[in-house]
Amino acid sequence: MKHTISVLVENKFGVLARVAGLFSARGYNIASLAVSETLDPTISYMTIVVDAKDESILEQIEKQLNKLIDVITVTDFTKKEHAERELILLKINCLSKDKAKLEKSLKKYVAKLVCHRADTAIVELVGQQEQIKEALEELGKFGIKELIRTGKIAMAV
Amino acid sequence: MKMTGAQILIECLKREGVELIFGYPGGQAIFLFDKLYDSDIKFILPRHEQAAAHAADGYARATGKPGVCIATSGPGATNLVTGIATAYIDSIPMIAITGQVRTTLIGNDAFQEADITGITRSITKHNFMVKDVNDLARTVREAFYIATTGRPGPVLIDFPTDVQMKEAEFIWPEEVNIRSYKPTYFGHPGQIKKAAKLIAQAKKPILYIGGGVITSGAYYEVKELAEKIQAPVTWTLMGIGAFPAEHKLSLGMLGMHGTAYANHSIMESDLIISIGARFDDRVTGRIDSFAPNAKVIHIDIDPSSISKNVKVDIPIVGDARNILELLIKDLKKLPDTNEWLKEVNALMKKYPMTYKEKDMIAPQYVIEAIDQVTKGNAIITTEVGQHQMWAAQWYKYNNPRSFISSGGLGTMGFGFPASMGAKLGKPEKTVIVVAGDGSIQMNIQELATCVCNKINVKVVILNNGYLGMVRQWQELFYKKRYSHTCITSPDFVKLAESYGAVGMRVTKKEDLKPALEKAIAIDNVVFVEVIVEPEENVYPMVPAGEAINKIISGGLA
Repeated sequence: MKHTISVLVENKFGVLARVAGLFSARGYNIASLAVSETLDPTISYMTIVVDAKDESILEQIEKQLNKLIDVITVTDFTKKEHAERELILLKINCLSKDKAKLEKSLKKYVAKLVCHRADTAIVELVGQQEQIKEALEELGKFGIKELIRTGKIAMAV
Repeated sequence: MKMTGAQILIECLKREGVELIFGYPGGQAIFLFDKLYDSDIKFILPRHEQAAAHAADGYARATGKPGVCIATSGPGATNLVTGIATAYIDSIPMIAITGQVRTTLIGNDAFQEADITGITRSITKHNFMVKDVNDLARTVREAFYIATTGRPGPVLIDFPTDVQMKEAEFIWPEEVNIRSYKPTYFGHPGQIKKAAKLIAQAKKPILYIGGGVITSGAYYEVKELAEKIQAPVTWTLMGIGAFPAEHKLSLGMLGMHGTAYANHSIMESDLIISIGARFDDRVTGRIDSFAPNAKVIHIDIDPSSISKNVKVDIPIVGDARNILELLIKDLKKLPDTNEWLKEVNALMKKYPMTYKEKDMIAPQYVIEAIDQVTKGNAIITTEVGQHQMWAAQWYKYNNPRSFISSGGLGTMGFGFPASMGAKLGKPEKTVIVVAGDGSIQMNIQELATCVCNKINVKVVILNNGYLGMVRQWQELFYKKRYSHTCITSPDFVKLAESYGAVGMRVTKKEDLKPALEKAIAIDNVVFVEVIVEPEENVYPMVPAGEAINKIISGGLA
């Protein structure tokens, strides 16, 4: 089962390596990771998505995260009401004559055309995982050349 | 007042109460060592950085105060790694200080550069690299605070050369406040009340105690609790000395080489009161068949230890001593354990600890002889292997901090250097190293350190010509294929003499006690080599992965 975990940490060098090390030491792959400064510049916020094959190992990782000196709080959103978003940039096959068609498709989602050059369009897309999945299926019809995801960010309600 | 980084560090160490440093100089620590030359903190130069770390660890285990070791960058720092890992897994407070190449060179593959904060990230409680001399005093203060509070552990401070040399105003931070680090000391009163209720209802309670009891200094409370509820007490390797071995409620150590009656008792129990122990695999054996009828109260300062291996009914996070004080007060009703104690006593009669004497000296007898000669009052440090288990089984430890051994990591080469720290920390004590002929050779160079600093420890080498514990497994589980476990040794007597120590060799049982008595009386470092039965095994034994009542007794019981 996929877990979304937020970790509030001291904004210092080495902290990311400490956090990541707890996952890697147990052979756990981090599915996505987003890190940035908060309103308080001495604190960073990490959102980590991890696919836990064994819930007890994940529980141990969460306890170990709490033990790290530079970690302030750990929240597992799995059973907690939260808002989540991810931003995606896509490079899509799109001849000039198809631009209108693409823009029409984009209207169904929180998405917009960032730029268009010759036969290629760059599109930004924001949403929850379900919406993103749906959008990617539709845009796949144009042919996706490249895709970059920021990783999920989540906030408690 | 303006001071250099090196001076600030030394001033901080003094203010933290450091009286002893083990260290080894090198290129990136020269400036620091130049300032240490003017300092009045006692400094011991071992012959290998690994020994500096183990000695600092041994000092911490014997005294309860944090041990301090210093090494240069690169190889000096990496040589500390085994010692740091040993301290980490056994929760020993230690400060390791390493020189580092100047900040402008870090990451450039400079001479003797190693990313030691990266290397030690998973074997320290925390580590720091000081990049600005203005942060130094606060960093050292935090390092000591982190190392000695909560579940203790080693903290490393990486100290680049240019930061050692730079000047700053010395400001001693009176208080430490780390917003993200607030260890829990007081157990939840509601949980403690629940535990008291569960104890009152128990018919077959057992106390299972570990190193946390020693760290927290909860021995009196453990004894009071055991006597009040009349429950038998068993302990882990790290818990040795936390409860008097000769107490009538004592069951000795449990687990892989624990007493059969301790293992049977915990399997039969209906309530395990775990205090400062962590249900290690060497204790529980096969986890799904461990103590099937028992409820578990788990008292531990580290929340990540709870429900890690076994399901816990009542977790209580906090300091053992504080929690037990409250728990004892909350015990309004006491369980009736008369029948249970009878059952336990029957198990003790049925499965006594014993060994058979053959032609050569029995290694178990050597430990008994040490116990008798020292009247159970010595500090015993051990290496790792068969001799370690015999030292755990056959010496009667009635005092905390009297058994010093690498429990979690199982580090060969630990015991001899650790004994230096123990002896310097507790000079009034007789300190005896119990070693094997394999282990002693892993840090034997410390003979020089002991002799030149008059650290008069006594080293008893049980020489069986094998890496005995692995040989035992090969005998029992690998068809006696003794793959690379037969080991030769130097002439330990001549070797000791060549370092200026005293060497003795004992081959006859009747010579053993007089030799030990003489060794203890001699005002020098003494190696006592005892030629023991070569293929003696440690029993009882629970094969790895078996339930802990599936005991191999070696035909003894």
